[in-house]
Amino acid sequence: MRDYQSWGRYRHAEHVVLPQRWRFDELAGVSGKQSILPYGKGRSYGDSCLNDGGIIVPTENLDHFLHFDTGTGVLSCESGVTLAQLLELAVPRGWFLPVTPGTKFATLGGAIANDVHGKNHHVAGTFGCHVRKFELLRSDGSRLICSATENSDYYQASIGGLGLTGLITWAEIQLKKISTAFIEREAIIFSNLKEFLALSLESDRNWEYTVAWVDCLSAGKSLGRGIYYRGRHHEEQGEARACETRKTANLKIPFDAPSFLLNTATVKSFNAFYYHKQLKKCSSSKIHYDPFFYPLDGIHEWNRLYGKQGFFQFQCVIADDKEGALEELLKRISKSGQGSFLSVLKRFGNSTSPGMLSFPRTGITLALDFANKGQKTMRLLDELEQIVVEAGGAIYPAKDAIMKARHFQQFYPKWKDFCEYLDPRFSSSFWRRVSGQS
Amino acid sequence: MKNILIIGATSAIAQHTARLYAQSGCRMFLVGRREEALKLLTDDLKARGAVDIDYLDVDLVRLEEHEKVIETAAGFLGNIDITLLAHGILGDQSEEERDFSKAMECLNVNCISYLSLLSILADVCEKQKNGTIAVVSSVAGDRGRQSNYIYGTAKGAVSIYLQGLRNRLYKHGVNVLTIKPGFVDTPMTSGFEKGMLWVGPERIARGIVKAVAKEKDVVYLPWFWQWIMLVIKLIPEPVFKRMNL
Repeated sequence: MRDYQSWGRYRHAEHVVLPQRWRFDELAGVSGKQSILPYGKGRSYGDSCLNDGGIIVPTENLDHFLHFDTGTGVLSCESGVTLAQLLELAVPRGWFLPVTPGTKFATLGGAIANDVHGKNHHVAGTFGCHVRKFELLRSDGSRLICSATENSDYYQASIGGLGLTGLITWAEIQLKKISTAFIEREAIIFSNLKEFLALSLESDRNWEYTVAWVDCLSAGKSLGRGIYYRGRHHEEQGEARACETRKTANLKIPFDAPSFLLNTATVKSFNAFYYHKQLKKCSSSKIHYDPFFYPLDGIHEWNRLYGKQGFFQFQCVIADDKEGALEELLKRISKSGQGSFLSVLKRFGNSTSPGMLSFPRTGITLALDFANKGQKTMRLLDELEQIVVEAGGAIYPAKDAIMKARHFQQFYPKWKDFCEYLDPRFSSSFWRRVSGQS
Repeated sequence: MKNILIIGATSAIAQHTARLYAQSGCRMFLVGRREEALKLLTDDLKARGAVDIDYLDVDLVRLEEHEKVIETAAGFLGNIDITLLAHGILGDQSEEERDFSKAMECLNVNCISYLSLLSILADVCEKQKNGTIAVVSSVAGDRGRQSNYIYGTAKGAVSIYLQGLRNRLYKHGVNVLTIKPGFVDTPMTSGFEKGMLWVGPERIARGIVKAVAKEKDVVYLPWFWQWIMLVIKLIPEPVFKRMNL
């Protein structure tokens, strides 16, 4: 049996693994006694894709396309299709994902169940905003077609529903027209948080994709320095251009890196190098969409860089007017010396997602990795969580491994309504933790 | 544009091979047992670029249906450029040892149905004077081992049959390809512990398409199985019988 873990690899879960063979078969695992959780590619970081002691139902066999209308860009396919497979089909025909997360190795089902967001949240909202309909297979054998108008309550519950409302077998989404596979990109250095906020406000008006890398170990006057990236699809007039997907480098981390490799000194020097390697204040270029959206996908199993102990992700959102809290977060992280080089800031827009438990909301989101150094890391994450609670922000379930039940319930006030749509046979390690069942 | 017949189309290896051919725009005819699955594959392959596609659902253990299968396929495709035979069951060796009817079932699906289909296909291709017949055999057919010698017997017989058929059809311009996959991670092998040597069906599919294009005779997939099996075949029988394989 393959090992079914989460991307953070910080804990091991024991599962009974029962893949769904065909989407029209009865739900795998339904004849068993334990709880069931669908499993895509395990790209969630914490425990939302784990079901310790229960059954997981991998969806890797649900990888068929149902229909692709190349005139309108409406695509329907099964939920185990990865975003990479979807792009391989769509890009050469001039279509692109309406919203994409930072990895293309997630599945369509996972993208819906986590209501993922991307660098265009300020203009396009979440992934769920572009899902026209899907089929939900419940443990009682019923199959619900869900859309904004049909079974709309299940539609809202399942978008961002963490796979707990049933198995999404297929979905229909609206793709976005492109004329080339390239992105016009600008990279702009900012030397502190204030500059980042100013750049965000200015860029979000005219740029489709915006995101910033932040040096989370910088302190003092340069607290929150980083590089701001903004991009838009490169367009060409006239004849439709051939758009091509690109094979990313097939590098692979073959084993767990020794844990001393990533320490404050190495990360600090990497960050300083990364910040200073760009000499001009602003540089612009035309690059393929693959390195623009998926820089880490080029290194398979990059999560092993964090060693055997795995790592934690932390992603929160803080309202625009709580700038102080954001500064406080950065200060704590910088002081702790624990942050890594993968730290990201982005301003979310104000569109609302159909999902009841969707994470994105207006404000600034901060995401970063922490190597698992035991208690020390736990304490820091606790402190950060407390700051988010006090600022009235929220933490992203797909990345979380430790948030407290009462905090989850504060971040997601609709969780009680959501419970009505839970499939009685479905559960996850995450859900038992945040609903207070464990 | 190539005309491709895929028998056992719902198997993981066949599905992935079909996808590769569909991308390059082909006419395809699928044969398998479950109609709803064939319907699903038809839609999938169309979306991926197959130009024209149809299917027939049939239980291939029923040898009397085989004439009809090949006739219908030839009627739809015209000249059959490439045929892939890929249906099969793994069976449970220990059950097959206890109950010979189970062993018969394994032999009927994995061997007899192959030989029957191949005998009909051979005549069609001989008349066409072109085409490739690609057949999924297995490394298990290279040497009998206690853990799966019924399955091994079936695949070994298929491999030997193909040697003869290749010899017969060569002068008619028809290529016969024996495909010997090693451990492949598919629904058929979902119960196994997966180690270093296991690969996904996509990789096997790429190897098949390449071997067909190069008009190979026998191909081990992935390539390293050729060397593993060479070593296994070289072990003297007095030693081999004492081993726990």
